[in-house]
Amino acid sequence: MRVLSLKALSAATVATLAAGFALVFFYAPNDADQGFIQKIFYLHVPLAICALAGFVVAAVHAIRHLRSHDPVHDLRAYVSIHVSIIFGVAVLLTGSIWARASWGKWWVWDEPTLVSFLIVFLLYCTYYPLRYSIEDRDRQARYASVFAITAGAFVPLNFLAVRLSQSLVHPRVFATADGGMPPKMWLAFCVCLAGIALLWVTLVRFEIAAKTASARLARLRRALAAGSAPPAPSRVAPSVPTGARSS
Amino acid sequence: MDAFRAILGKDLRVELRTLESVPAMLLFAVATFVLFRYGLDRTSLAGGLAAGVLLATILFAAVLGIGRLFVAERDDGGFDAIRLAPVDPTALWAAKAAALVIYLAVLEALALPLFAIFFLDGAAALPPLAGVLLLADAGLAATGATVSAMAARSRARDLLVPLVLLPLLVPVMIAAAGAAEPLLAAGGPSYSGVGKWLAVLGLYDLTFIAVGWAVFDFLVED
Repeated sequence: MRVLSLKALSAATVATLAAGFALVFFYAPNDADQGFIQKIFYLHVPLAICALAGFVVAAVHAIRHLRSHDPVHDLRAYVSIHVSIIFGVAVLLTGSIWARASWGKWWVWDEPTLVSFLIVFLLYCTYYPLRYSIEDRDRQARYASVFAITAGAFVPLNFLAVRLSQSLVHPRVFATADGGMPPKMWLAFCVCLAGIALLWVTLVRFEIAAKTASARLARLRRALAAGSAPPAPSRVAPSVPTGARSS
Repeated sequence: MDAFRAILGKDLRVELRTLESVPAMLLFAVATFVLFRYGLDRTSLAGGLAAGVLLATILFAAVLGIGRLFVAERDDGGFDAIRLAPVDPTALWAAKAAALVIYLAVLEALALPLFAIFFLDGAAALPPLAGVLLLADAGLAATGATVSAMAARSRARDLLVPLVLLPLLVPVMIAAAGAAEPLLAAGGPSYSGVGKWLAVLGLYDLTFIAVGWAVFDFLVED
């Protein structure tokens, strides 16, 4: 996991995103049908893919947490969901802007991808009230992991049910042979996807580093204040393993 | 299996003696039907609207029952007892889910005829509809028992059950309403497209039975 330092990772993220956006604006052609507004596709779709992939990553960390009882996996699952929810807000916003520009409405109910994403987003928003209404630390971590696994199993089922219930109007840009993207758009899209994925990883790493650092700081402060009294863990944030490195 | 039967028998006996869940769910369902009657201002429903009214009512009535599912276990030490007993804790989950399926089946056996009297022109749709609802009940029970066990030991129990459960039940609602819509069509039940939705319901049931079965151990251990 620690192949790159946080600094190098941030630099790689900025470089990839800059290259991606440069490709989007100066290299990829304007869409024949939608014109300039279609450029939001290079931001919206990678964000959505990364948010959903982040939920799956959280489920994997949750399984590892339940198996090993190692709090570091709980921390990773928590931060993955956290960053994915932030990405989810961005997905809903950019999706609404795109919908407004190309269909004339801010929200369209007969669009399966939009609706399923909203439902998944709403479900994951309940992660916080669930987690923070359980006081016992170990139980909180375990229940949060159970939630992450249940919700992870829910994501594909939900997409299946919503898609079956509605007409298929979302452009199938990847699947169809004739409606696919020209290679220039493909290249820009792939670079953007890589950039957003790197951004997700960077944010997760930053958040974990920040949580680890503030937990250590609090532990040191308490130890200073109380002589050598054993430190009490904070109640709300996921517990941070004592030996974890900050980056 | 013995533990499962013992816990299920205990729950059903408690329910028969105290009449805590099912009558409340039924009253709630009837009150909701009346609300829909005036909210929609129609005396007769068909198709998607009828399916939506019926499914939404049953879903919310189920949430009432699901919230109460583990209350006795939490208050009277059932969680500790199942940990001390030399049995698989999953028996507790399976018994609760089975009890919920029975509650919902009783609720539907009473609420479905009432729904037909209130809103439908005939009773021809009821037998196939009962089959659809039974499949939906299995999914409701599997997810409901898992979420209820989670919420039972948190501070915000009454808040959490509907909050976490409703988004999780959206696929059940979509599939059951999709299957019920042609059955409740205005000119008598038709069966086109019902199979697809029953398959989705079955897939949902299997997935969440498997998930509940796999994770429940972690909700009990401490």
